Amino acid sequence: MSPRPKRLRRVSNPPVISGFKPYGGLAKAGKPQSVFLHLEEYEVLRLCDYENFNHHEAARVMNVSRPTLTRIYSKARAKIADALVTGKQIIIEGGKVYFDSEWYKCNGCGCLFNQPEKSVTPEKCTLCGDNSIVTYDPVDDPAPDARRSFSDICVCPACGYEKRHEHSRRCRDERCLVCGSRLMRKNNLPATDI
Amino acid sequence: MKVAITSTGESLESRLDQRFGRCAFFVIYDTETGGVEILPNPNKDAVEGAGPASVRLVASKDVKKIISGEFGVNIKPLLDSLKIQMVAIREPERTVKSVIDMLKNNQ
Repeated sequence: MSPRPKRLRRVSNPPVISGFKPYGGLAKAGKPQSVFLHLEEYEVLRLCDYENFNHHEAARVMNVSRPTLTRIYSKARAKIADALVTGKQIIIEGGKVYFDSEWYKCNGCGCLFNQPEKSVTPEKCTLCGDNSIVTYDPVDDPAPDARRSFSDICVCPACGYEKRHEHSRRCRDERCLVCGSRLMRKNNLPATDI
Repeated sequence: MKVAITSTGESLESRLDQRFGRCAFFVIYDTETGGVEILPNPNKDAVEGAGPASVRLVASKDVKKIISGEFGVNIKPLLDSLKIQMVAIREPERTVKSVIDMLKNNQ
């Protein structure tokens, strides 16, 4: 059986440098050996040791579980220690990550859009080309009612309890009020009698 | 560049589908050639995992921008890692054709 795929780890920004090289001492001439520090390991060090987050907080930021975060952290420290002690160079690359993009709102057409390419800051709306755009935080959304515009239903597979689907909440995170099972999205197909 | 627009129906006069993963059709518009392709969404009635499956479908068409009403919570990490841009228009009355016209005028 193949293992469960890794969750994508959220990394807020790419690192400012792509690695470190050893110098002086007994560092041999020529190309030194390398340690590959994954981007998620870099992010864990940034959160835990630079920003002083605890593992619970850092896990929430990176969208992984607390035990996973602790595992990534110990791996990161082992790699850094290896590089320091044996005089290897550190290359920061790889890892199962995504760079979290920011949302923008266009005042011209009212649409929301994000910018997946972190190095470019958008100057005009990607849809209508209007210059009046502002950064937008979905957390303080002033008009959540607009999200209710579709009428999906969450259903309990055990007892048939139904409730209206709430946008940006996964059905399986909701519990049935009658029997406590996890809910599922109701199939839109007409019901068949079996 | 190819742009995917979620649609409630099979024509350009149909309205924009407010859902991404479970939309009825994807209209794929090519900004360079002006060509339009309409794909039915096989995940329309999916109970679970409609979003990621739809992402795979549009990513296989080499789409760089997706226009829809809303995107679920599972979608953003996937699209960010694939470097696909999301555009959310919260206007259920808007037609696919008017969205394509906006893209045309913006070139």
